[in-house]
Amino acid sequence: MKPSSFGYSRPESVAEAVAILASIGPDGKVLAGGQSLVPLLNMRLAAPSHLVDINRLSELAYISIDDNHVAVGALARHADVLRDPVAAAAQPLLGMALALVAHPVIRNRGTTVGSIVHADPAGEMTAVLALLDGSVLLTSSGGQRCVQAKDFFLGPLESDVQPAELATEARFPVLPPSAGCAFAEVSRRHGDYAVCGVAAVVELGDGGAVARARAAYLSVAATPLVLDLTDACAGGFAEAGRFAMAQVRPTADIHATASYRRHLAGVLTERALQDAAARARGRGR
Amino acid sequence: MTETAEEIRLTVNGVVHTVTVPARRLLSDCLRHDLRLTGTHVGCEHGVCGACTVLVDGIAARSCLMLAVSADGAEVTTVEGLAEPDGALSAVQQAFADCHGLQCGFCTPGFLTTITAALAENPDPTHDEAREIIGGNLCRCTGYQNIVKAVLRAAELQRAGRAGEL
Repeated sequence: MKPSSFGYSRPESVAEAVAILASIGPDGKVLAGGQSLVPLLNMRLAAPSHLVDINRLSELAYISIDDNHVAVGALARHADVLRDPVAAAAQPLLGMALALVAHPVIRNRGTTVGSIVHADPAGEMTAVLALLDGSVLLTSSGGQRCVQAKDFFLGPLESDVQPAELATEARFPVLPPSAGCAFAEVSRRHGDYAVCGVAAVVELGDGGAVARARAAYLSVAATPLVLDLTDACAGGFAEAGRFAMAQVRPTADIHATASYRRHLAGVLTERALQDAAARARGRGR
Repeated sequence: MTETAEEIRLTVNGVVHTVTVPARRLLSDCLRHDLRLTGTHVGCEHGVCGACTVLVDGIAARSCLMLAVSADGAEVTTVEGLAEPDGALSAVQQAFADCHGLQCGFCTPGFLTTITAALAENPDPTHDEAREIIGGNLCRCTGYQNIVKAVLRAAELQRAGRAGEL
């Protein structure tokens, strides 16, 4: 298995990269960490005519945190984000999810922004961005636009990035003080694609009651599915799990049947909500 | 798009190589075919098996998921570069021999490089951490238990080696 031939550019600046992307049009592709793209090239499931390698754009290898967001640049590797203690304190869900992204060696090279742009419905970071109402910053020679997660994921392996655009940053809102988060997933082997996964954020109100509960699902829909479980939690987390089970419409593949995935969605919802609520109570003390 | 050849410079196990490759050449193929360093093994060619793992600027990476052109200017360490200059086995290699961490040996280069990098970052892993370190590498012979033991033994040998230097 070898990639088919392609043209290759390795720009030294974002301005140069977007100029090249604009000139090559729809058959070009951005190469960042390559941990999803290169397998597709090797198996010839993808055969772009031109690759724009952004691995020299060290200006995009940042993780910056302010009061509202954790901003991850396009060349920040998963391992960099996972190791960042300030990012972990501001939004603990990032670390919880990243620990489930493939294996350490893949995380050394793969980028968080790249996995979001790849828009795999089995991807942990797509679910996290969707759950947190995050956004992606797209840069072109014409300027920049910021796309909300709910508008960003269009279908399996399809995002809103246009041919002349480079996704330069993903923005994850920080966790509110009264909230807790959790990630639960089941895979055939540790590090494999999740058969089903659930990310949850629970916010507690006065007296410790659930004020807001949301969960995002991987591997059960074409794009990251986000459910508002606030009302369903009134009857307890098990009830919320049953509610989620009724909402998801997974399909079968070689890894699992649709009904097993639906079952997992229910069980993992209950588990993630319990863990998230426990962490919210822990933070409140 | 017509294919263009790129001239790249790789420092592999301390030796500088200048080589001209098409952009689509994988780093694994560049090492094996262009540089004739066949210690790096190629198993699945899509990032699952870990046999082709090398160190790129000290960081473990799948050489089948990297283009050789992306590694231009990098320092690469392959399994051929792990032993001491006098041929003495590294701690990780010695631990594999001590613990029967291999049978057929096909997957071994990837395990050795992966574990070498991981122990540089975490010199004293727990049993669970040792399992996590090798979680991305497949071995069809050993059943992994002896490889987990080899990770812990390698850490022990490294600590003993450092104590000996003091």
